[in-house]
Amino acid sequence: MRRILSILIFFLAAFSALSVEKIVVAVMQDPDFLDPHRAAASGTYEMMFNVFEGLLKPDSKGNVVPAIAESYSISPDGLTYTFKLREGVKFHNGREVTMTDVLYSFNRLKGSGEVRGLSSDFEKFVSEIEATDDITVEITLNTLNTDFLEKFIIAIIPADNPDHERNPIGTGPFKFVTYQPGQRVVIAKFDEYWNPDLPLVDEVEFRIIPDNQAALMSFMAGEVQMLPRLDAIQAEILRGRYNLISAEQNMVQLMAMNLAREPFDDLKVRQAINLAIDKEEIIEIVANGYGTVLGSNMSPIMERYYQEGLEDYYKTDIVAARSLLAQAGYPEGFKTTITVPSNYQFHVDTAQVIVEQLKKVGITAEIELIEWSIWLDRVYTGRDYEMTIVGLTGKLSAYDILKRYLSDYPRDFYNYFNPRYDELVNSAIKQTDIDKKAGLFKQAQVLLTEEAVAVYIMDPNFIVALASNLFGYNVYPLYVQDMSTLYYK
Amino acid sequence: MKRKRVSLYIGISIIASLLAMMVVSLFYTPYPVTEMNRDERFAPPSANHPLGTDNFGRDVLSRIMKGSQTAFFVGLIAVSVGGLFGVLVGAIAGYFGGMLDEFIMRLMDAMMAFPGILFALMFVSIFGVGIRNTIIAIGIMSIPSFARITRSGFIQHKEFEYVKNARVKGVSNFRIMFSHILPNVLSPIIVAASMGFSSAVLSEAALSYLGLGVQPPDPSWGRMLNESQVFITLSPWYTIAPGIFITLIVLGFNFLGDGIADLQDRQQ
Repeated sequence: MRRILSILIFFLAAFSALSVEKIVVAVMQDPDFLDPHRAAASGTYEMMFNVFEGLLKPDSKGNVVPAIAESYSISPDGLTYTFKLREGVKFHNGREVTMTDVLYSFNRLKGSGEVRGLSSDFEKFVSEIEATDDITVEITLNTLNTDFLEKFIIAIIPADNPDHERNPIGTGPFKFVTYQPGQRVVIAKFDEYWNPDLPLVDEVEFRIIPDNQAALMSFMAGEVQMLPRLDAIQAEILRGRYNLISAEQNMVQLMAMNLAREPFDDLKVRQAINLAIDKEEIIEIVANGYGTVLGSNMSPIMERYYQEGLEDYYKTDIVAARSLLAQAGYPEGFKTTITVPSNYQFHVDTAQVIVEQLKKVGITAEIELIEWSIWLDRVYTGRDYEMTIVGLTGKLSAYDILKRYLSDYPRDFYNYFNPRYDELVNSAIKQTDIDKKAGLFKQAQVLLTEEAVAVYIMDPNFIVALASNLFGYNVYPLYVQDMSTLYYK
Repeated sequence: MKRKRVSLYIGISIIASLLAMMVVSLFYTPYPVTEMNRDERFAPPSANHPLGTDNFGRDVLSRIMKGSQTAFFVGLIAVSVGGLFGVLVGAIAGYFGGMLDEFIMRLMDAMMAFPGILFALMFVSIFGVGIRNTIIAIGIMSIPSFARITRSGFIQHKEFEYVKNARVKGVSNFRIMFSHILPNVLSPIIVAASMGFSSAVLSEAALSYLGLGVQPPDPSWGRMLNESQVFITLSPWYTIAPGIFITLIVLGFNFLGDGIADLQDRQQ
């Protein structure tokens, strides 16, 4: 009898828990700041993306779309941005967003006089912030920067909130409930969100589980319903039993060759290496198939700026590679070293496969493992290496991705100096016509491929595991989890 | 009395078979050790691959065989380095005594106070990652134990008649130390060496496990254990194989050491 009773109570408890639709998400780390203007960690943005909104907001295609602003326009000279506020957008405390809050937020970012701004971008580029009427704000830049539009995704916060750190208030689909350091961040559905269709669940808990394996266990035990950023092996374990979603994460894994060193100063050698490497094989062995082949320094998820077809520019061809090497004066191949940061097993594994592939064209490559900090110091800053494998994290702005190859870029560790490339990228950023701008960025990518500046290997897909009854996940080219579209079925 | 020899025989047979495997691997492995096969990843043990394959589709047995070279090489060199310097330092301390003895032995105590792995980590991070530095670090770590054993033997023996005799005859200190006393204290040193061998193999496994020993794609049992642990739920045999062989070689040398010690006890 007692057993039946306890089972009954258990079911009752389970039922009452079910009536509040809640998603538990495993995250790796604590937020750094809850104040959205101070937060710098991508792990924080991943969560608080659901709480805060800017005048604009990123969508899953890598564009920015109106949020608190209803519409925007850019002056023909590209210097002045005009935003019209959307009517009836409310903060989580129930008060409507007014021009005062918008001006407060932008002035806080830009700083004034003695007070430093909280955003270096706003401090550096914005010359004037002006409200022309109650719902229109004009922001003027001091120099042309056509990627600046993307900066307006930064949060608008209420002017009368005394403590943005303890009690963060925004306008997003979820409102902040509590943060327990080392344990959890809880957010709940905001009933008066300007888009009445969202969000779909009542509560989201970001549970902080620093250990990968422990997070996997909790997920398999059903305590956690969503597990972002799985690695390929964990995905292999979960495959078939859960919803797995994988997509490009806007990262470029590449093998750089030091262009200032022999024999990599010879274009033929670099092309031969590109021809010798079978990227499909690397993806299959190292990433268990969860990867997208690249041909240049741009992931396909950057739809608008991505130059198609470059991934086929160097089709694996051992014979052609050998003859190019012979033309370059290395018929017997040569010896070289691949320097790899030891903490990234993914890159270490990639190196092992590449060593085997290069053997086939007579190149003997040795792997040298070094610590990450030493890698940053010696390879990234000091440019003292022959070949190295690393992953470059993506940015929303194509310029921020491609500027890494500019001759005057301090971290141009490839030692790539090409005035034509500099001209393409620098004129693209000044181009106000979006199609022309994209065209120039695409030409820059073609140049990188033709000149074989590096071996562009893959965009390792990031994989999200969802409980089998959870649907509606949207993949972003940014480090965010959009919880508003998720629902149970 | 026969019972006591059992550990000696077990030790010899384990080490002999591992040694045989190592010798074979110099000329022959079933597959090239770094050859990858994308169609045969995570294969379970079978007739073609008796110990299965790893995440690159490489044959685990071939890599275990090749890895035994690393294990023996590391053991041999580390014990030689440790033994050479340890015996030298211990002999000087024990024979001359006094302040010199105090100084040397306190230095050894200080070295022993350092956790071995920590010392090796420090050494490797200063002088660079690689098998050579790993071996040297492991060798240095084992100096104090050799020094202590040698010193106690020398202290005992320097009071014996044959040493006094030699000294009266005017034989040089160096000759007394190394051609008169050393052969008499050699047996405990041999026991220490066989024990040191097994701890060197373990240290190499630990350092490679931390990614500081043998560089990929060269196989080492410790590195294999390290690389396989993430796949433990997917293909347990890949983790079990290097684990068993590390256990075997350590066990083998420990039995051998025990056996030799027993043998000496009986002879005395």
